[in-house]
Amino acid sequence: MSSPTAVRRFKPREALVWTAVALLGAVAWGIVALVRGEQINAVWLLFAALCSYAIAYRFYARFIARRVLGIDNDRATPAERLENSIDFHKTDRRVLFGHHFAAIAGAGPLVGPVLAAQMGYLPGTIWIIVGVIFAGAVQDMVILFFSVRRDGKSLGQMAREEIGPFGGAAALAAVLLIMIILLAVLALVVVNALAESPWGTFSIAMTIPIAFFMGFYLRVIRPGRVIETTVIGVTLLVIAIAAGGWVQDSGLADTFTLSPETLVVCLILYGFLASVLPVWMLLAPRDYLSTFMKVGTIGLLAVGILITRPEVQASAVSPFASNGQGPVFAGSLFPFVFITIACGALSGFHALISSGTTPKMIQKEAQVRFIGYGAMLTESFVAIMALIAAVILEPGLYFAMNSPAGLLGDTVQSASEAVANLGFTITPEQLSAAAAAVEEETLVARTGGAPTLAVGMSEIFSGFLGGDALRAFWYHFAIMFEALFILTTVDAGTRVGRFMLQDTLGNVWKPIGRTSWKPGVYATSAIIVGAWGYFLWAGVTDPLGGIYQLFPLFGIANQLLAAIALTVATTILIKSGRLKWAWVTAVPLAWDATVTLTASWQKVFSGDPRLGFFTQRATYQEALAEGQVLPPAKDLADMQQVVTNSTVDGILAAVFALLVVAVIADAARTCIRAIRRPDEVTITETPAEPSQVWAPAGLFPTVEEREEMTLAGRGGP
Amino acid sequence: MSSVRVAASKLLWYLKEFTGENDYARYAEHQRIHHHDAPLLSRRQFERRRMDRLDETPRQRCC
Repeated sequence: MSSPTAVRRFKPREALVWTAVALLGAVAWGIVALVRGEQINAVWLLFAALCSYAIAYRFYARFIARRVLGIDNDRATPAERLENSIDFHKTDRRVLFGHHFAAIAGAGPLVGPVLAAQMGYLPGTIWIIVGVIFAGAVQDMVILFFSVRRDGKSLGQMAREEIGPFGGAAALAAVLLIMIILLAVLALVVVNALAESPWGTFSIAMTIPIAFFMGFYLRVIRPGRVIETTVIGVTLLVIAIAAGGWVQDSGLADTFTLSPETLVVCLILYGFLASVLPVWMLLAPRDYLSTFMKVGTIGLLAVGILITRPEVQASAVSPFASNGQGPVFAGSLFPFVFITIACGALSGFHALISSGTTPKMIQKEAQVRFIGYGAMLTESFVAIMALIAAVILEPGLYFAMNSPAGLLGDTVQSASEAVANLGFTITPEQLSAAAAAVEEETLVARTGGAPTLAVGMSEIFSGFLGGDALRAFWYHFAIMFEALFILTTVDAGTRVGRFMLQDTLGNVWKPIGRTSWKPGVYATSAIIVGAWGYFLWAGVTDPLGGIYQLFPLFGIANQLLAAIALTVATTILIKSGRLKWAWVTAVPLAWDATVTLTASWQKVFSGDPRLGFFTQRATYQEALAEGQVLPPAKDLADMQQVVTNSTVDGILAAVFALLVVAVIADAARTCIRAIRRPDEVTITETPAEPSQVWAPAGLFPTVEEREEMTLAGRGGP
Repeated sequence: MSSVRVAASKLLWYLKEFTGENDYARYAEHQRIHHHDAPLLSRRQFERRRMDRLDETPRQRCC
């Protein structure tokens, strides 16, 4: 075994390759960051990202694995020690990478960068790349490693054991609250994408019978033949997308033209059903569909960008970055770009996956770099592609799609004027033409990010597959792709939330904790669905625009969860005597806490009614008391609703921040005690046991690993 | 030609591992070696149990 201190000299060829990567990366960054006044090609954004990832993975992630964490490949992982073929189960690293990636990557990295594009392409690009390298991927890998060393314990359990019972309870409460906001905001994105769109609604509605059919096929006709079933399912899905165009032009169009309010009711019913029905009927087959659609479409998008090489239309940094008056979300670049782009740069939710099933399935400790750090880099790459899809659109179109309806008005004329007031241009004819090209009634105020991304993707895909004739198909394909896995997150999340609630309530009253007791299952499912349903309803009917109001809360929630995860990681590093390496997680923690708490502070206390929830509340409350109606509210009922929503949102922002401050303060206490009296620290790691299995650490076995493999006399496929 | 076939078989192997299609074969092999006197579940029973376990341990999906 190579000791961590052994320094391996670079071979000439290796040195040459890495110099070339560094040079290409530097040129790409130079073009991305410095070129002004002329358009740059989107391919440079890809190169800047890929070269940075390669260098970070090769050098920084390796440094963390060897020096900071002290990876020991002679030590057996939980999958090896506790193998039971059920949850503890040694899994090939490439397969586990796929599972882990499919679990962490969803709509987040697609939606956030699109919304953040209102600040220009540069702030988002820098945060996505720098953030993932120094914060997001570090968090995922470090939490995965610590969980592996603790028999696959969850983040909540680690928080309780490492920080204390109070910190643990606060972390658990934060997780549940955050999940509810997350589900509501994701569902809101789906509603905004499907509202008044019979094509999209029909295609998505068809996924439910398709999933039932797949579930039945797998259960009864061909047990276990997942690939075959998925091929059938994907074929049916593509037919459903194509058929949507036909439905739109037929007498059925009215049946599938649903208002946002109706869609909310449908989603709430769907979420409840998905939570109480057996997994084989709906959840599992939908999960197969969405995973394959996800991976396939993302791959196609990467190929599409490389082939079509679109020009970036947005400016590097827009005026909204400094004046904080952007129509998509309020607030200036610091801190709100770092809140809006959560997944793709740093996402606290990943810590739940990294301390969930993945640590119980990993074969060797050394694989945490490939799986933890590598999968997060891949997600970051997805975020860069989403950003590209948004910034290759005309800024005028981007703002006409992403500003709230209250600002844009109901017609293409009013939208065109509103966009001109923002300082961008798009004519009413151009707006109508853009909608006609994708066969949608209108693209005005289609907020939430999904429609924008779909327009960008249809631009890229139709550039090399089918041309203008297929533009509308690709638009609805992209909508389907996003809605499909948002709904997968919503149904899986509702179910997980229900289990968490049952578990917590079960401590108080035993029967409710039993997953076989139907009334308990129904009641807890209804509570979870009701909680996110409330925010979804409030968002859909919010006169100020649901995305405008709620997306910052979602970002704050996710980043605060990251703060909890990084706090747990830093505490473990310090308690295990690694104070000199604690900066690896403490620096991203300090950054994340600063950004998030500043954002929460502004959302709670800002005197600007666009930004601060309570100032907003006071403004509307005063007007309401005098019987006035402030635009964009249309009547007194709207006014009352703004008051209620801003009160709830403001309280929520404050509660999130207080919970996290409590966790950090409790952790600081624990850390100071550990530094003062290192001999009193209790070790929480599972004792080492020698490992009997052998497997490469990365995607491809290295030369040394091949030699070891031959010596060990085993081969892999 | 042969490299295409190798690539295709590797992809199929990956998909089968990823979707858990190989789990039953692995289970049957394990039973044959370690518990050859214990009754062997049929594929149908095995897949049902595997799926029903997911009812109690839902897979988390992130944003």
